[in-house]
Amino acid sequence: MEAIILQILNGLDKGSAYALIALGLTLIFGTLGVVNFAHGAIFMIGAFVAVTLNRVLNLSFSVIDETRTDFLGNPMQVQVPYVEHWFGTQTGAAIIDWSVPLAIIVAIPIMALIGIAMERGLIKHFYKRPHADQILVTFGLAIVLQEIIKAFYGANPIPTPAPDAFVGSFDLGQIFGFEPFAIMYPYWRLVYFAFAAVVIGAVFAFLQFTTFGMVVRAGMADRETVGILGIDIDKRFTTMFAIAAIVAGLAGVMYTPILSPNYHMGMDFLVLSFVVVVVGGMGSLGGAVAAGFLLGVLQSFASMSQVIDLIPGINQVIIYLVAIIVLLTRPRGLMGRKGVMED
Amino acid sequence: MLGLNKADLRLYLIVLGMLIFAPFIMNPFPEGSGLAQFNGGYPDLLQKLVIFGIFAVGFNILFGLTGYLSFGHAAFLGVGSYAGVWMMKLLTMNVVPALIISVLTAGLLSVIIGYVSLRRSGIYFSILTLAFAQMCYSLAYSVLTPITGGETGLTLSLNDPRVLGTSQTAEGNIPVPHFFGLEMNASSTLELGAWSFTFNTGYYFCAVVMAVAFYFAIRLFRSPFGLMLRAVKSNQARMSYTGLNARPYTLAAFVISGMYAGLAGGLMVAMDPLAGAERMIWTASGEVVLMAILGGVGTLIGPILGAGVIKYLESIISTINSTILHQWFAFLPDGLEDFVVAIIYPFVGKGWHLTLGIVFMLVVIFLPGGIVEGGKRIGNLFRRKRREETPPSSTTTPAPKPGE
Amino acid sequence: MGILEVTDVNKRFGGLQALGKVNLSVQEGTCHAIIGPNGAGKSTLLNCLVGKLIPDTGTVTFEGQSVLGRKPYEINQMGISRVFQTPEIFGDLTVLENMLMPVFARRDGTFRLHAYETIANERELLDEAEGMLDEVNMLDKRHMHSASLSRGDKRRLEMAMCLVQKPKLLLLDEPTAGMARADTNNTIDLLKEIKEKRNITMAIIEHDMHVVFSLADRITVLAQGTPLVEDIPENIKGHPKVREAYLGEAQV
Repeated sequence: MEAIILQILNGLDKGSAYALIALGLTLIFGTLGVVNFAHGAIFMIGAFVAVTLNRVLNLSFSVIDETRTDFLGNPMQVQVPYVEHWFGTQTGAAIIDWSVPLAIIVAIPIMALIGIAMERGLIKHFYKRPHADQILVTFGLAIVLQEIIKAFYGANPIPTPAPDAFVGSFDLGQIFGFEPFAIMYPYWRLVYFAFAAVVIGAVFAFLQFTTFGMVVRAGMADRETVGILGIDIDKRFTTMFAIAAIVAGLAGVMYTPILSPNYHMGMDFLVLSFVVVVVGGMGSLGGAVAAGFLLGVLQSFASMSQVIDLIPGINQVIIYLVAIIVLLTRPRGLMGRKGVMED
Repeated sequence: MLGLNKADLRLYLIVLGMLIFAPFIMNPFPEGSGLAQFNGGYPDLLQKLVIFGIFAVGFNILFGLTGYLSFGHAAFLGVGSYAGVWMMKLLTMNVVPALIISVLTAGLLSVIIGYVSLRRSGIYFSILTLAFAQMCYSLAYSVLTPITGGETGLTLSLNDPRVLGTSQTAEGNIPVPHFFGLEMNASSTLELGAWSFTFNTGYYFCAVVMAVAFYFAIRLFRSPFGLMLRAVKSNQARMSYTGLNARPYTLAAFVISGMYAGLAGGLMVAMDPLAGAERMIWTASGEVVLMAILGGVGTLIGPILGAGVIKYLESIISTINSTILHQWFAFLPDGLEDFVVAIIYPFVGKGWHLTLGIVFMLVVIFLPGGIVEGGKRIGNLFRRKRREETPPSSTTTPAPKPGE
Repeated sequence: MGILEVTDVNKRFGGLQALGKVNLSVQEGTCHAIIGPNGAGKSTLLNCLVGKLIPDTGTVTFEGQSVLGRKPYEINQMGISRVFQTPEIFGDLTVLENMLMPVFARRDGTFRLHAYETIANERELLDEAEGMLDEVNMLDKRHMHSASLSRGDKRRLEMAMCLVQKPKLLLLDEPTAGMARADTNNTIDLLKEIKEKRNITMAIIEHDMHVVFSLADRITVLAQGTPLVEDIPENIKGHPKVREAYLGEAQV
């Protein structure tokens, strides 16, 4: 029992990331009808926003600290981050410690700008081109984006720690009456899951309860009719693209303590997120989220040693296997609508 | 001749000529001159150009004709490589059995993957092939390690059985792949004045295979079967109501193009007997898509040009470093020199992929027909100019009436 | 016994009864028109004949053989060709290549791996395709990209592609829909010529009464998925039930 709960929990953080990326992919599919292979790169850029903020906050200058001396008895030179200088040592240190959550604030406008620039500058011109062309041009863009990041940040993963308060694990099981130490769970993963839930909830609420969201949902169902009604659907779709970029970017920001960002993490997650979207059903937001968590948890189960002993290698292929089976038995995915991307 | 029409025959002879004289064509600059670094006439690169050319020609049979965009073709190349190495480990260092088994194994795998993937079309097909290829890649890295060598890859060793050959040479080395005694790594060099040309057995073996493979591709393009494949791309409903079953045609195209990929994988092994899973990663599948697009999808010569340009530029651009850049722009004033170098530097050396991505995007955006279409456009431009130069007495283009 | 026999065919889409107890018999050598107001189930019926849809109950036989459960390409190989409401041709191919498709389909069946043969060597088939193009006056356009043809020419091409198969039954789905009067008359002439010269059995779905009465030997009136009446054109014109259901709103 404990083992099963632990595996479900372990699948949640990866599942959250899949769900967030797949949500954006589906929004773009559903509204713009575009297959965006560069969406993984947006996730990756989000992660590097966190890295950058961490570096910026750590920018320091040297001062001579008279109170401390090195072994020769000379006053010691120490590095003082500007932030600590401006805000006082304690506040400054706290700001640096909390750089990852703080990056959310920075990332929102940056990701929105990147999203708008991508849509207006490139994707817009591909609405009427064949899907193959859309795949190809966004694939090219993904390569370009990841190479730019590689040029600036190098090829090695860059560890970016979570705030001290969330480092380490806690005994989740005991809270719910299980044996002590049976279910140990890292704090940050729980934070990530909660964060993902909030973001997903916000996106759904936005689509459900605002006029804007209503128009977008109508546009997803029937673009032409909405266009005939005289609503400038294009402008809204640009905003939609920006929202999708923000969601993926935030997913990346918050994922940095779990996986040290590297330039190819976008591509790695993209392939899986595509699979998630296909399994969930293209154009179905609920399907994307459900399939994200489902596949995350399945992958975590398949990684259990008992399962691997039974079917060797299953942990490597489970997601693809599920995707293939779903596509063949339920061509529209688990919750797909008729007529989406079927031409 | 050869069952080809005039235009195709001319194209084929040009390609043959290019293959035969490649060691000259690709080595235009004298040894030791400043431009020698642009020479691409060394065996390693020439082999690569031809092998990827075969890969791209095969991919184009599927994507160019039927429009089905496979994002998992590298899996067939990888499987072909593994099969080839195993043949050399178990049977003989002769490359012929290795190539045959490479093609057959890749063909078998493509029957399975194709049969399943082709039940869907469009974006779903792309994602299915992508999923299958990633599955092969992951398996090769994990459970199949006894067969694939896992992360270290599959290599020959001194105690391989090699039933029809020797486990090791008299000197105690691993034997070299050969074609009935002709060793693949044998080279001879021709010195002509300042120039130096290398002729490599392995390259010419690849060239012969390419000549055969390209011939079959031309025949296929001009065959009723090729027409059927283009019809699949154009209108599947009409095809069905015309009494033709699109599915087996598409599957046959998929398998044929998978076999070309296997052949390319086998040739890689014949040149350098090792195989690794990284050949199957999905960006490798993306690369062959780039080659076909850059050259011109659906054209005969396009994929060869695309593969050639990409592999040539890759090897040239990735060797350029900042010292070389400074040499080039030494004629500029100091500050300007540094500035220009700083601008170009991110695009060369390790930045090669950045250049590739940008070029690829530009091609998809502005020139969807690739190099071949670009050539046509330039050709048309010249033709129009020549027409304009002749006195405007021709009545082909009447002057527009005022007010129109 | 007709060449095409439709017996007690029912088809439901969810709660909608698209076809209810449809019986139809098309006699060899005749032109049989199926008319009816919008939503009468004409297109559903046609789709049941060519294998696009499978009826829930009932039988459809062609020359005594059931077509149910067969794929469209198998049914076509049995001798049924179909002309679509909007011309369906291979837009990326040239006119001649379009014509070659049915010619190859008739010789080689649903699939053949003829990857090493050359089209240019298939003199006999090329002659046949070009001959048919000549008959519909399109030989001079044979090297044109078929997507760039006018709508009328696309229709002619599609018709020629069906005729070159020498079908035993030609199904026409509103062949003059959306056409100007002059084009409609041309199409009528073309169809009349086909009927008289080639003696091909035709089943035609049509809205335009002018077309129907110029061509049809027999007419079945479909309303709400059920055949109302079946008779020769002269009797249909005056039939009170038909007037009530359909013709009342059209000009005759």
